[in-house]
Amino acid sequence: MKRQTRRKRTSERLLEIFQAYLLNHAHGLFSSLGRLSRAPVTSSMTILVLAVAIALAGCFYIVVANIQQLTGNLQASNQMSLFLKDHVNESAGQKLADELAQHQRIENIKFIGKKQAMEEFKANSGFGEALNALESNPLPNVIQVLPKDVLDNREALDALMAEFKQMPQVDFVQVDMQWVERLQAIMRIAGRGVTLVGVLLGFAVTFITGNTIRLELHNRQDEVFISKLVGATHAFIQRPFLYTGFWLGFIAGFSAWLIITVMLLIVETPVEKLSGLYNSSFQLLYLSFSEFILLLMMASGLAVLGSWAVLHYQLRQLKPQ
Amino acid sequence: MLRFEHVCKRYPDASDALIDVSFRLERGEMAFLTGRSGAGKSTLLKLIAMMEQCSRGNVMLDGKDITRISERKIPYLRRNLGLIFQDYKLLNDRTVFDNVALPLIVSGYSHQDISRRVRAALNKVSLLGKERKYPLSLSGGEQQRVGIARAIVNKPKMILADEPTGNLDPDLSSEVMHMFEQFMQVGVTVLIATHDIELIQRLGHRVLTLDNGRMLAS
Repeated sequence: MKRQTRRKRTSERLLEIFQAYLLNHAHGLFSSLGRLSRAPVTSSMTILVLAVAIALAGCFYIVVANIQQLTGNLQASNQMSLFLKDHVNESAGQKLADELAQHQRIENIKFIGKKQAMEEFKANSGFGEALNALESNPLPNVIQVLPKDVLDNREALDALMAEFKQMPQVDFVQVDMQWVERLQAIMRIAGRGVTLVGVLLGFAVTFITGNTIRLELHNRQDEVFISKLVGATHAFIQRPFLYTGFWLGFIAGFSAWLIITVMLLIVETPVEKLSGLYNSSFQLLYLSFSEFILLLMMASGLAVLGSWAVLHYQLRQLKPQ
Repeated sequence: MLRFEHVCKRYPDASDALIDVSFRLERGEMAFLTGRSGAGKSTLLKLIAMMEQCSRGNVMLDGKDITRISERKIPYLRRNLGLIFQDYKLLNDRTVFDNVALPLIVSGYSHQDISRRVRAALNKVSLLGKERKYPLSLSGGEQQRVGIARAIVNKPKMILADEPTGNLDPDLSSEVMHMFEQFMQVGVTVLIATHDIELIQRLGHRVLTLDNGRMLAS
């Protein structure tokens, strides 16, 4: 009987400690927020610095994501255009195309006559009226060639190009989509750039928060000393400071999202106008919900990390006198 | 309860604060620690409160060797001590209640327990009804009593007081000393550092005297 009551007491005490622990966390969470709001100028300056750093990385990211969206649909291919000389008329051009169709290294071939090219250009470019004013058709006859070897075999491609250039009817040869390949290479570099800038600014967030917490710890030295003297563990003492770090990161992350969104809203109209001029249905990309959540998590995570590193080191140094 | 065995303390600047100090205090004993300024009183208290570590010898507290205690265990052992300071060391941005509650919050007591114990402690130092006040709105004597309430709220086994009456007038001083005697009577060990010779003689408890780091009489 006695033992049972004792066991009950122990479990009750454990429950009590657990409840007190939760209460302590809740208290840390809200009191640190209250403390931040009681020093609005200092807090908002820190948060703003953090937010700008995060927004910088975020903007870079979203710009690259938008360009990638634009170029992602473009397929790089080795399709070439053979521009025929002026004196080659349409029937001669068509004949040449038929001959080339027999070529063993060619997959597919398409002849585009002057007139057809002009019609397409009028329809797609938006210069219809202006083009009507032209007296003669300045466009050349073109043969589009899709070689059998795709992309990888650069040498075979070059040899094929050289062969076409030798033909008396051909004015010049152009690999149509080579620029896409180049652009995609550039975009890969930009993607790496986003990662690097992100890491760098992540460090900035960590160190800025760490330094802010260090100052805060310095300001509340007495509290730390007294808590230590009445038997507080490091975990207990650092808890409110960690929550302060968390809030700094969280609010800064949210502010960064606001900054990015407002900036996108500002450029949206001109971008849409530009895309309209290109007859494109380009839609400006905003941060998605999951990206927004990820942003918040990374911002608060880095801030907590910075705070923790500083507290871990400094609390050992602070000895009550 | 407390035992010093050939304790030496040398600070990094090579000054000897304590030289071969040995003494023991039994459970429920009350003693005064005296000596001129710089005789090593504060150092001795700091060794007990685990704020410093001795260079040689052993310090035993409540049967545990705290000579080279690990940093991790210190908080839990400090919960058995009630510390009282000459400058009170209260948090001025918190109410009397919150100040006294701090040792309980730190040890993870429930809300109801904290409330009950804080009231009991404040009652003992006759400050019930001032829970919502802030320390700076209280007199020096009242602030010291808040400090005492904080020291006893956790029901410590030992109370260490560093010049607790240093800033108080004689009437308040004897009132505070009377409180300490009450704690002693319920089995708490009390060690008071002071150089108020007159007060010591009047009360007639055991006296430990330090002179230049050596213990003269115990």
